[in-house]
Amino acid sequence: MSTTPPKPPGYQLPEEHYLNATYGIRSWLLTTDHKRIALLYLASVTFFFFVGGIFATMIRIHLLTPAGYLVTPETYNKLFTMHGVAMIFFFLIPSIPAVLGNFLIPLMIGAKDVAFPKLNLLSWYIYITGGCFVLYSFATGGLDTGWTFYTPLSSVYSNSAVTPAVIGIFINGFSSILTGLNFVVTIHSMRAPGMTWFRLPLFVWAQYATSIIFILGTPVIAITLLLVGLERMFHLGFFNPALGGDPILFQHLFWFYSHPAVYIMILPAMGVISEIIPTFTRKPIFGYAFIAGSSIAIAVIGFLVWAHHMFLTGESTYAALAFSLLSYLVAIPSAVKVFNWTSTLYKGSISYDTPMLYALGFIGLFLIGGLTGLFLACLGLDIHIHDTYFVVAHFHYIMVGGAVMGYVGGLHFWWPKITGKLYPEFLARLAAVILFIGFNLTFFPQFILGYLGMPRRYHNYPPEFQVLNVMSTAGASILALGYLLPMLYLTWSMRYGKVAGPNPWPATGLEWRTPSPPPTENFDVTPEVDWEPYDYKNRRDLGLATPVAPTLAPAHGDD
Amino acid sequence: MQAQLPFYPEQASNFAPSVDSLMTFLILVSVFFSAAITAAIVIFFFKFHRKSKDEIGVPIHGDMRLETAWIVVPAFLSLAMFGWGAVVYVDFRHAPQDTLDIYVIGKQWMWKIQQPNGRREINELHVPVGRDVKLVLASEDVIHDFYVPAFRVKMDVVPGHYNTMWFRPTKSGRYEFFCSQYCGTNHAVMGGWVTVMEPSDYAAWLSGSTGENDNPLVAGEKLFTEKACSTCHLGNGTGRAPSLNGVYGGTVRLADGSTVTADDAYIRESILFSNAKIVAGYQPLMPSFQGQLTEEQIMSLTAYIKSLQSQPVPATGAGVIAPGKK
Repeated sequence: MSTTPPKPPGYQLPEEHYLNATYGIRSWLLTTDHKRIALLYLASVTFFFFVGGIFATMIRIHLLTPAGYLVTPETYNKLFTMHGVAMIFFFLIPSIPAVLGNFLIPLMIGAKDVAFPKLNLLSWYIYITGGCFVLYSFATGGLDTGWTFYTPLSSVYSNSAVTPAVIGIFINGFSSILTGLNFVVTIHSMRAPGMTWFRLPLFVWAQYATSIIFILGTPVIAITLLLVGLERMFHLGFFNPALGGDPILFQHLFWFYSHPAVYIMILPAMGVISEIIPTFTRKPIFGYAFIAGSSIAIAVIGFLVWAHHMFLTGESTYAALAFSLLSYLVAIPSAVKVFNWTSTLYKGSISYDTPMLYALGFIGLFLIGGLTGLFLACLGLDIHIHDTYFVVAHFHYIMVGGAVMGYVGGLHFWWPKITGKLYPEFLARLAAVILFIGFNLTFFPQFILGYLGMPRRYHNYPPEFQVLNVMSTAGASILALGYLLPMLYLTWSMRYGKVAGPNPWPATGLEWRTPSPPPTENFDVTPEVDWEPYDYKNRRDLGLATPVAPTLAPAHGDD
Repeated sequence: MQAQLPFYPEQASNFAPSVDSLMTFLILVSVFFSAAITAAIVIFFFKFHRKSKDEIGVPIHGDMRLETAWIVVPAFLSLAMFGWGAVVYVDFRHAPQDTLDIYVIGKQWMWKIQQPNGRREINELHVPVGRDVKLVLASEDVIHDFYVPAFRVKMDVVPGHYNTMWFRPTKSGRYEFFCSQYCGTNHAVMGGWVTVMEPSDYAAWLSGSTGENDNPLVAGEKLFTEKACSTCHLGNGTGRAPSLNGVYGGTVRLADGSTVTADDAYIRESILFSNAKIVAGYQPLMPSFQGQLTEEQIMSLTAYIKSLQSQPVPATGAGVIAPGKK
């Protein structure tokens, strides 16, 4: 990384930075630098994204024909299960928090590191240990329970390697808990002078909300999956009705975590978008307090909606009514964010840079994902669309269209900071457009498939569903190209990209006030913050023009 | 709101029009908001694109009236969606009186179905058009789900629980049904066809083949003796256990003073977890039959107990304090 690239006028890499401060494998595996730990996570979540992506590719190829094209039913069931487990537990949940959050939170609040650097490294080792158990399960018989591990299928009837998988996810949970704990303490206690709560970047607010879910939710999934393991190994009757257990109890426990886990995946992405939009419109975000507050509202209300996954298990009608109403309630803070992001564009100085393309794509896809969530929360409609491809389409719009788009957009946005290099802009814009088109072509037909009545997790299907399935597979191949491109040019840019300079966009956050890549200690002197977030007007140090006078009355007490 | 969009499947039950109307309403709201926001993004994107390299945007921090509007308006729309959805759901979850009861057992990976007169079917379900049909759902192993897209209805089939679902077929024809809760290897082939027939055809079909052995009443009565239920549950109320005459559908007083309605789920629980609810005045003597009866046998026993509804309730030793309507 310390090679000499072509230097643009004025910029060169700092002589010493966190990447070249020390050398050797040991200096990486024993590092306590949050930035290096972030890169360890970047490599490992990318690996799991690849694993999950290969499974997804095979699923889509298999579904080209009604009878199933590629694999046996057993293998197909393993493919979608392992796709879900790898993507959710080992890619989506850690992606933005553990990679971008780790790298950025200390930089954004003006700290030298997270509060507990050794614990931070331990989190990564726990993640790797959990990951090894899960890979062992994949390699020795695979997993065919669905990522939801519904009992008694998972705890009694499945012949696949369930036990190592649940142990792996149990272990991995501690990684989330420790990361969440670390972030909460860091954000509370290590903010630089002048960095008040309402000057925090919205990305930090989102990470804070996510950390709360990590800490409160993860223990529940960990212990629930442990109970599945115990029931499997020692025939203890927690969930198996033949032993006096209750299979529905499992679903309550599972979704008590796994619904908030959806917000673990989407909230950080919303945080990324809330950073990108002000930067590429060069104006303060519209309704800062509402965006920050809605993150907290989503985290809190998100804990009260879990049984909307269970409207048709035979749960009480009253419970169903309550959970449906609460699910509509959680939609409102999400809507507030979308409206505020859109309003931020008004009278901005909008650029077409790659991160902005991702942010706008995110709004569109999240909008569809969020609105179709209203369909599923609607009790009468859920009777028909529950457990069909409508659900599959909906959560991929949230998790891929939302969370992954946010993650990839964020990687582009902070790539100059992380590596000190710029990526090739044209290719990056092209990839963003390819991703958007490929994604929609893959998943939009699945909404229609679902309403037509195609159940999810089917290795074959009635012939009338073939056209839509072929469209979906065609879209998936475009999507795959869209993911391969950034992997290639981002890797390429680490060596050959143009030197970025400390603040190429320019953006207003503290992380952009230190060299790219930053020194190990992040800042040469502890920074002092005397500006409001996303304030371009009073930041003469950014070297931009002073603005025209505002035409709309600023701030009705909400900034 | 009867607009049928091209991707709506065929409507063949009373629930299909109500679910589709709900769908149309939600689509209209969604399309309106998506179009409005997309239009705003596209217009802003081109209108306010950066004109010079060092240009900055107009610092607008927010607007309280707008924030209020976009909290309040979605809240009201959400309430409308919730309310309308709740009406359809509550209707679906509460079967009307006087239904045609059909027992459905899911097991890996087939559906065993038994008509009221005992006629059995596998992966086939025959129902008359225009009649309220109630399916009583049980599972022998894992969780399944009985799903008929043309009827817009589904319900999980959960081991250890009875779930019920109802619908009124409105159109003769053949409609595919699916298992829609993932249940293992052959989940995707665990389906079949519902045949909706004219009532007269259904009656003819039903009487077509009724073996004595297939009749759940006969099988249940036999089990009632074989499993020695009959040694304690004497019809005249003199046994060590309450008489079951008139119990089905009636109200039962329990030892703790509470009362319970003797429905399918109560009878099932009393057989499998015999000490869960003790009838007032009796000792917890009955052994549990958990693991000794298949779901089918339990359903036969229930059918037999149901048939005792018409037997005279003894003056003493009755299990029931208020017999249900026949």
